[in-house]
Amino acid sequence: MKAENFARLLVLIVIVGSAMGVIAARLHNPENSIELRGKMPEAGGWTPDVLHAQVGEPLHLRLTADDVVHGFGIGQSDHPVVDIEPGKMTDLTLTFDEPGTYTFYCTRWCGVNHWRMRGTIEVSGEGSGESQETSQPLFVTLNIDIDAPHPAEAVPVTRPRLSDSPVKAGLEDRYLAQDYYFSRSPAQVYSELRADPTYQSASDAEIWALVANIWWTNTTEEGLIEGARIYAENCAACHGETGAGDGVFADIVQAQFGKPMHGMEHVSGKPTDFTDSHTMLGASPALLQGKIIRGGMGTGMPYWGSIFTEQQTWNLVAYLYSFQFDYQETE
Amino acid sequence: MELTRFPIIKSILKSRWPQLVIFAVFLAGFVIAILAGFIGTPVGSRNFGIVFVWIAWWAILILVAVPFLGRGWCAVCPIPVVGDWMQRGKLLSPEGDSKGIGLNLRWPKRLNNIWIQNIAFTLVALFSSLILTTPLASAAILAGMLFVAFGLSLVFERRAFCRYVCPVGGFIGLYSQTAPVELRVTNKTICATCKDKPCYNGSEAGYGCPWGVSPSGLAKNTACGLCMECLRTCPNDNIAIRTRPFGADIYKPTGKRLDEAYKAFIMLGAALIYAAVLLGPWGELKLAAYQIGSRAWFGYAVAFLVFIFALLPLLFLLAVQISRLITRSGTALRKEFISHSYTLVPLGLMAWVAFSLSFVLTNASYIPISLSDPFGWGWNLFGTATLEWTPYLSAVLPVLQIGVLITGLVWSVHTGLNISANPFSRQAAMLQALPVAGFNLLVTVGLMILLL
Repeated sequence: MKAENFARLLVLIVIVGSAMGVIAARLHNPENSIELRGKMPEAGGWTPDVLHAQVGEPLHLRLTADDVVHGFGIGQSDHPVVDIEPGKMTDLTLTFDEPGTYTFYCTRWCGVNHWRMRGTIEVSGEGSGESQETSQPLFVTLNIDIDAPHPAEAVPVTRPRLSDSPVKAGLEDRYLAQDYYFSRSPAQVYSELRADPTYQSASDAEIWALVANIWWTNTTEEGLIEGARIYAENCAACHGETGAGDGVFADIVQAQFGKPMHGMEHVSGKPTDFTDSHTMLGASPALLQGKIIRGGMGTGMPYWGSIFTEQQTWNLVAYLYSFQFDYQETE
Repeated sequence: MELTRFPIIKSILKSRWPQLVIFAVFLAGFVIAILAGFIGTPVGSRNFGIVFVWIAWWAILILVAVPFLGRGWCAVCPIPVVGDWMQRGKLLSPEGDSKGIGLNLRWPKRLNNIWIQNIAFTLVALFSSLILTTPLASAAILAGMLFVAFGLSLVFERRAFCRYVCPVGGFIGLYSQTAPVELRVTNKTICATCKDKPCYNGSEAGYGCPWGVSPSGLAKNTACGLCMECLRTCPNDNIAIRTRPFGADIYKPTGKRLDEAYKAFIMLGAALIYAAVLLGPWGELKLAAYQIGSRAWFGYAVAFLVFIFALLPLLFLLAVQISRLITRSGTALRKEFISHSYTLVPLGLMAWVAFSLSFVLTNASYIPISLSDPFGWGWNLFGTATLEWTPYLSAVLPVLQIGVLITGLVWSVHTGLNISANPFSRQAAMLQALPVAGFNLLVTVGLMILLL
């Protein structure tokens, strides 16, 4: 009977012990870490999708993906972006200096609804008070209807080249001013330059080169590089690497949004073709900024206002115009 | 060679402790696999429940245990342990008074076959894309098997689950007929004079055969679970474990059954379909198999069932009928169909070995990763959690698979010749075996195309 009891004890210890051991290990969390699981948006996105933190106190996260590779980034912040691999745990500790609501988002193209994979971190407590005051976006201040059609009044015969500009340094300051650039479409600027007696003798190609010059003057090489990076990471999946609206998700987006909402009949549902001069040259930087930060109403265009900083948005806008203007021969 | 002639082997097999310790270790693994499925990462390749069951265990089972030990796995499978305990009231030996609980009903005679196992395996195979890759589904199946086995132990006598229900046990039993090991009585005359039949009824030394088999009547391995109870209970030391040639049971002219024949078709058909779905170039077929519940999946399921239960047996029946016509055989078609279908036993076993080699060698590197981090919780118990996935032996894999498939074909043809054995004419026997050999050749070529 002793042997029988020992055998019973052995089997019970094995069954109960292994189960209890696993459960105890699961509950052991000395750092109070939060396990943040990423799944494709169709399967639930982030769990949990709302996190809470205190200013100045570390927020320990254990990041893992349940299906495909995702990425974790926090919008409008310089916290590093980390990749999250399926079935692996990635530890990340964040500390916030200012209270507020931060948006965290997936940084990897995980699926057609990738951009919906977002969550928020509610940070409470006292900050340094140095946080930037938020102002109205320019498209609101300028009262631009970003949903209205914006066909270009005029388009060039060939792609405008910076090197064709006849008076590289001779443009009047008012044309080069940032406010002027922000608020006008390239086609509008072309019309104004065309009407300006100063450039009466310039050919159409030269006028368009002047327009390209204005756009070039209002950005920097670093800004274009950052814009290109942001575009590649966030926009190319739908709009295509060459900006032609033919990204890997383009067909799916069109299938989803092919039937426009009432009043939005001019929207095809297809991702915008940035190489189409009829639409791109009719859009002002402020209008494009509005579309980016608010998203496309009734289309598949996500909103990026909570993700990109204002400067990042302007850099992205500047990069979008590089699908129209040839900045190459500037040396 | 009689293995039980060696005292050390005999004493290890007769003692209950080694078996109990193995039961305990495997039971712990089973519990952890189930828990991993329920609370571990849902990523199959990083979950112990998937990696250890469907890669490690499956590799050991199909590449080693079944071909060389037959029902060797059944001897240490932890699934019936708790049910046995409740049923017997004892975990170790039957000494003492305590009695178990349970109704101890006899298993219905009508179900005294492996049709339930055939259906159970087919169902698992139909949903395999989900079960083999989704930890939760896998855990639910494992837990379900544990509970069904437990429940049946409380209702029926002996190990009804193992013998008649277990979806794995069915094909292990079928293929165990080819294993080079058998448990048999040494002298049947001694059994004839044994009054109490403790090997079947039990005694103070051990339990009556949990598989409901009388060892004196054992002619093939199918229903012997190698649990060693008869070795412990036989008062005449008349039980032996012997080595023998591969395939010994299937060469015999007797003991062939329709349920086993169909098991052979199910196994062979499943191997062909798995190879097409998992290794073939057809993306839509793979999608259909994975999108369970979709219209495409229902189409896949119908095709799966028709292929296994109708098309494959009908083609085989055609081969058998041709064989009968050219040899002017007077034997009933049904009988010939059943007996020749045993050529599919070695063919199917080798098909499964060849198919398993590809995914086991491709995915074996997940085993050390999962050992260190069984639940995908970021552990690194043995320092192997950060290893990268690496396919093993990919350069020699096709050679191995071709060798295995050709072995299966030659073995099946050899089996066919044995089944067709004509005492008067070897030529007639060859002629009779030819159409079925042609069928088996077609299947082998098909498998080669799919696997390579």
